[in-house]
Amino acid sequence: MTVSLFPLLLLAQATPYAVPGETAVTPYVVDDANAAARPFVGDDIARAFGGQDGIRRIVDRLIDKSHNDPVIGEIFVSHDMVRLKRTLFEQFCYILNAGCSYSGRDMKASHKDLGIQHADMNRMVEILQAVMREQGISFPAQNRLLSRLAPMRHDVVER
Amino acid sequence: MTPIHAKELRNGGKLLLTNGITSLEGASGGGLTPWAVIAGNETRDGIGLSAHATLVELRDYDYRSVGAAVGLFDRVELSIARQRFNTREIGALLGLGRDYAFEQDIVGAKVRVAGDLVYDRLPAIAVGAQYKHNRNGPVVRAIGAQHDSGVDYYASASKLLLGQSILASGTVRLTKANQMGILGYGGDKSDAYSVQFEGSLGWQVSRRMAVGAEYRSKPDKLSIAREDDWYDIFAVYAINRHLTATAAYTDLGSIATVKDQRGVLFSLQTAF
Ligand code: HEM
Repeated sequence: MTVSLFPLLLLAQATPYAVPGETAVTPYVVDDANAAARPFVGDDIARAFGGQDGIRRIVDRLIDKSHNDPVIGEIFVSHDMVRLKRTLFEQFCYILNAGCSYSGRDMKASHKDLGIQHADMNRMVEILQAVMREQGISFPAQNRLLSRLAPMRHDVVER
Repeated sequence: MTPIHAKELRNGGKLLLTNGITSLEGASGGGLTPWAVIAGNETRDGIGLSAHATLVELRDYDYRSVGAAVGLFDRVELSIARQRFNTREIGALLGLGRDYAFEQDIVGAKVRVAGDLVYDRLPAIAVGAQYKHNRNGPVVRAIGAQHDSGVDYYASASKLLLGQSILASGTVRLTKANQMGILGYGGDKSDAYSVQFEGSLGWQVSRRMAVGAEYRSKPDKLSIAREDDWYDIFAVYAINRHLTATAAYTDLGSIATVKDQRGVLFSLQTAF
């Protein structure tokens, strides 16, 4: 038991930026500031999203639908969807003040060389809106999350 | 040296309702006033198109306009519109004849100079000009207008405040137009440009629907026909990505000597 856990622990300490089961990424400094938005205050917004479980459902659906989307699906092909689901969950959970910290990369580094255009960003917002609607999130709550994500377009879209 | 490749044009892209509707003078925006948005559904990677038809039924008059606009790379908008203002019974009272109609052609250009309606922290900011030509020159001169054509200049700032689901837009306009130009330009009271303020405030009820109110201040340059500020309350619905319907209740005040011109506005816009 002790022996088999040992390498795992080592791995966890040596690479806080990736967890087992994910493809390795170039090391970076972990910081909540990488989430690129300040979190909401209070817990009403986290509750509006159904807490961590609700947020996880939304993120999983968002990534699955984006990955299969005729317009933007191609951009996700051959990227690590396990890592993306984990980090995007952390980011939404952090921003919605549902009790997480964000361990992923900043938005510029995450989307470098993906060739994302304004229309792709709009498409992803539409998919997110559809998923939130499907999960019964109220329209004002949807817009509150979008208000924190919107300014990130600057770093997501290739100049 | 890196070779320059012509970028492929994209098809479709703006979020529902974020291209606005078509204002009375053909610029995209609210119903009474332009917004700092560019016509059509395209982003900076495409060329968008829109067309509109608007009908306003007032107590004593009716008004129709049709027009089209092209939006280049979400940056430049070029628009044309033809307006027709029917005086119905009042035409006879004014000695013009029953159903006498004033007609006006408008060519507009608008450039979004900075910001973004949805994404940037900075509001979308645009400047524009509208060249208007009234097709009833002798009549508008007879009632005191100095010119049968004129140019309006405006600057608009517009922002969708997502956190509140509120769209706010304000416009400053330099104009000599009497009743938007329907009664010509300049008057016996003044032939100088005046500064006018216009604004829209909308609340997004759902992804497809918004309700709100608008205001447009007006000059008052003709002594025989007092001019009032304009107001409306509106509801707009995106039937789909290409079709937006608007209904409004408007109060246009006194027009061509007849006061209390209130009524309903219907507008349809198609956009690609
Ligand atoms: C505000 C909007 C967006 C947010 C908040 C966001 C967030 C994230 C996060 C947290 C990651 C992972 C960071 C990490 O691995 O450390 C990521 C990666 C990624 N994002 Fe986004 N993203 C946004 C928009 C988009 C759009 C519009 C697309 C494409 C249409 C996109 C495609 C991708 C892809 C393919 C990756 C994986 C990159 C890799 O494997 O290196 N993202 N994004």
